[in-house]
Amino acid sequence: MSTVAIAAPIKSRLGIGASLKRNRRWALISSYFFLILFAIFFLMPPYYMIVTALKSDAEVAHMATNPWIIANGITFEQFYILLFQTDFLVFFKNTVIVTLCVVAITMVVSVLAAFSLGRMKFWGSSILATGIFLTYLIPDTLLFLPLFQIVKSIGLLNSYWGMVLIYPTLTVPFCTWIMIGYFQSIPKELDEAALIDGAGHMQMLFKIFIPVALPGIIAAMIFAFTVSWAAFVYPMAFLYSADQQVLTVGTVTSLIRADVYKWGMLMAGALLAAAPPLVIYAFLMDYYIAGLTAGATKG
Amino acid sequence: MADTVQSWGPDSIPDTAKAPVRVKGLQKFMRRHSTIAVLMCLPLIIIVACLIVYPAFYSIYLSMLNKSQTRFVGLANFTYLLSRDTFWMVVKQSAIFAISAVFFKALIGLITAHLVNNLPVKGQRKWRGMLLVPWVIPLALSTLGWWWLFDPTHSAFNYILKGMGFEEIAWLSDPYWARVSVILVNVWYGAPFFLIMYLAALKSVPEQLYEAASIDGASAWQKFIHITLPMMHNIIAITVLFSLIVTFANFDVVQIMTAGGPRNMTHVFATYSFLLGIRSGDLPLGAATSLFMFPILAIAAIFILRGVRKRGREIG
Amino acid sequence: MADVTLRNVVKKYDDVLAVASINLDIPNHEFVVLVGPSGCGKSTTLRMIAGLEEITDGEISIGGAVVNDLPPKDRDIAMVFQNYALYPHMTVAENMSFGLKLRKFPKAEIKTHVDNAARILDITELLGRRPKQLSGGQRQRVAMGRAIVRNPKVFLFDEPLSNLDAKLRVQMRTEIKRVHQKVKTTTVYVTHDQVEAMTLADRVVVMNAGKIEQIGTPNDLYHHPATRFVAGFIGSPAMNFVPARLEGGNGAGLRVRLSDKLVFNVPESRAPRYSPHTGKEVIFGLRPEHITETRGRENGVGQEFPVVLDVVEPMGMETMVYFRVDGTEVCGRVEPTAAKNSGEAMQLRANLDHMHLIDPVSNMVL
Repeated sequence: MSTVAIAAPIKSRLGIGASLKRNRRWALISSYFFLILFAIFFLMPPYYMIVTALKSDAEVAHMATNPWIIANGITFEQFYILLFQTDFLVFFKNTVIVTLCVVAITMVVSVLAAFSLGRMKFWGSSILATGIFLTYLIPDTLLFLPLFQIVKSIGLLNSYWGMVLIYPTLTVPFCTWIMIGYFQSIPKELDEAALIDGAGHMQMLFKIFIPVALPGIIAAMIFAFTVSWAAFVYPMAFLYSADQQVLTVGTVTSLIRADVYKWGMLMAGALLAAAPPLVIYAFLMDYYIAGLTAGATKG
Repeated sequence: MADTVQSWGPDSIPDTAKAPVRVKGLQKFMRRHSTIAVLMCLPLIIIVACLIVYPAFYSIYLSMLNKSQTRFVGLANFTYLLSRDTFWMVVKQSAIFAISAVFFKALIGLITAHLVNNLPVKGQRKWRGMLLVPWVIPLALSTLGWWWLFDPTHSAFNYILKGMGFEEIAWLSDPYWARVSVILVNVWYGAPFFLIMYLAALKSVPEQLYEAASIDGASAWQKFIHITLPMMHNIIAITVLFSLIVTFANFDVVQIMTAGGPRNMTHVFATYSFLLGIRSGDLPLGAATSLFMFPILAIAAIFILRGVRKRGREIG
Repeated sequence: MADVTLRNVVKKYDDVLAVASINLDIPNHEFVVLVGPSGCGKSTTLRMIAGLEEITDGEISIGGAVVNDLPPKDRDIAMVFQNYALYPHMTVAENMSFGLKLRKFPKAEIKTHVDNAARILDITELLGRRPKQLSGGQRQRVAMGRAIVRNPKVFLFDEPLSNLDAKLRVQMRTEIKRVHQKVKTTTVYVTHDQVEAMTLADRVVVMNAGKIEQIGTPNDLYHHPATRFVAGFIGSPAMNFVPARLEGGNGAGLRVRLSDKLVFNVPESRAPRYSPHTGKEVIFGLRPEHITETRGRENGVGQEFPVVLDVVEPMGMETMVYFRVDGTEVCGRVEPTAAKNSGEAMQLRANLDHMHLIDPVSNMVL
């Protein structure tokens, strides 16, 4: 009896140890297996876009070979046509102008407002902050028709400057909201120390708050950049001539001419148009994700 | 206390004499402080008031005009819409589109977040980075890619189906498959957002809770039900509601892939109001259509706000 | 450098009174510690001196000039915060020179000041680092350096040591004292830790519920507390309080009756002071260090009495013994070798030369 009692725990402990290890191994292997399936699902469209963009027109049009692979060799002719025979570069230039202006406007407006709402506190400031968050939840598809009328009345219809005016409605509320959160997370003693050191409001903002909240500012900038780069409803509704068009709408509509779909070129255009956000994402992933998750946790 | 205040006696006279000086001092500093604060908010207030709040109200006015915007017609546009079968189809399709897309986004997001969380910490970053790619590509552009995948004659999916001996599917021309397709694209685009939100929430659950549960003898499933879900339910609610708004109001996917067709079966509020307002030039009718989104969005927004505030308090 | 004066200073938050009419004179060079439990108004007082809080009423002057109307930067003060409040994006040197830069000091002068302060605090080799790379004690030094560099009229410390671990706290306490002896700037220091207050202060201001309970040197407060609050707050472990009755003997001298069995004779030196209160209910106060074993350091003084020990806590160089007098727990400090075990009887000696009697109604020490 006593020998069994001593032997049993040792044996079972060994058994548990081994099975724990085995369980963990299986959990890991199955995790990888399913993740690979999901990764295939998530990455298949971009993969197919790349494959198509690197094919010749002939290979795309004739369905002789497996569409998922490049059978007849890689060619850059689609990119060549795109860049030198279409308005793609005009779209690109317009998008760059619009996006840079919108990012600049957004950052100035939202950093100033967030500093005021998050740190200075005045009568009605918390109501205003809540109101800002609610306006962020109003989608563009609810506003584009009245805005059409407004943009038309000030003569900015079919002009990308109209986009510079309108896009901040997409970016400013959210950026302000997350910047309020970032500013509020800075300890109050820091501004008191600055106050005693002799800083005024603007010195406090520029010498203390902006440098300290720099990660948040980068996250907000990335958000503003990606949103204005990807905006679709407003340019779709307000811009119609090619010289004013931006990338998203230009690629989807103007490159398609008279029902002749040059898919290779279209995919090349979509890829190049998507490249700037992807590059920023690749280099600043942590900031990008911080901005994404901040909206639900801050404020 | 009143005693000490009154008991200053003679000393209080010079004090009261100085009182006006004090008002000019710190108090003035404080008053200037709030003037500066309001000034700093002014650009934001102007943008929000002129380009969000005003258009929202203007939209209501606009929706009560006739097509040429010359005559006030009251609720005629709304009653007209309510009498049209197409409009009711739009309502139905918007609901189906939003609910099913959000459901699958949430489900796939939850599963993938758990899978990524199971991996060794070193590899998590790489996988997370890879799985978020659909969210990073501008939706209009990736939808174009999907359109090409669904192309009637060149569909790469049909190539696979044929290879496996199945029949080809008319992805975008069959009304029912078209509905499935637009939902699929939306799920593909939105699931990574859920993944990121859940992963962040999973990381915020203290490891000790799981250790305590292990010692109490909980299985993996029990840990998920009794620890993970309760700790995450708030962030899940926020993300679902938020995604519901965005999906419900989505424009890009349907506009690019089907433009509402075939037979208006895939129209959602956004594309239908675009069709009426911009393509057919009846701004008031389009505005009336999009206004139907408002009550649903408002309810979701209120719940989101409640959730965000609660989460703010939980985080401290 | 300057003196600081508070005259009838009041602070109200809406209708809640945080500080009720405080009067305080701090002469030049003095190190004053405001001490009290949390919420007693000590931090609010400090922040009013700093100009971070508006005062509701009264007058604050620094160096003879009324500063009620001045914003913090014009008061020529420097403050050290509990969480250090170092600017995380600046190096130590930049942190220290920020205030001087804003005041447009020439570069060379800033450098001399910073180097000088760094030498005083022994942080010269840290000047190039960021706050994140520093330990708690080093951050504390930098925060002090930022204050010293400015060479202000007054130093304000807001619980500067409470984020440090116990050992480091003692070390930094000495450091602060050393720095003050070197620079001799008038200092107002807020803490909730009475040991910190006693060791650092020239004078201690004990605050409670928005009012000043007593102002005095550490020795004053320890030996001659003015109120029950001060008597209980200063000293560790705290003074024992036992409800008692002052009985007058006809010519036999005053006696304090703590219980049916325990009666202490009031020493003759105290008798004149206490005799007007004969027959009244009082609270008897005696510090644990004045309740010892019978043959101890204070052999021959005081009055012996028997107790049954409840709890015995050996502390190393001495042992705490706890016993009950009519339900009230009382603590004594005895030599480890003399201590009995809990549950056992023991003879103790009360050194009544250090006794206090407190009026239970007014809570004033008699």
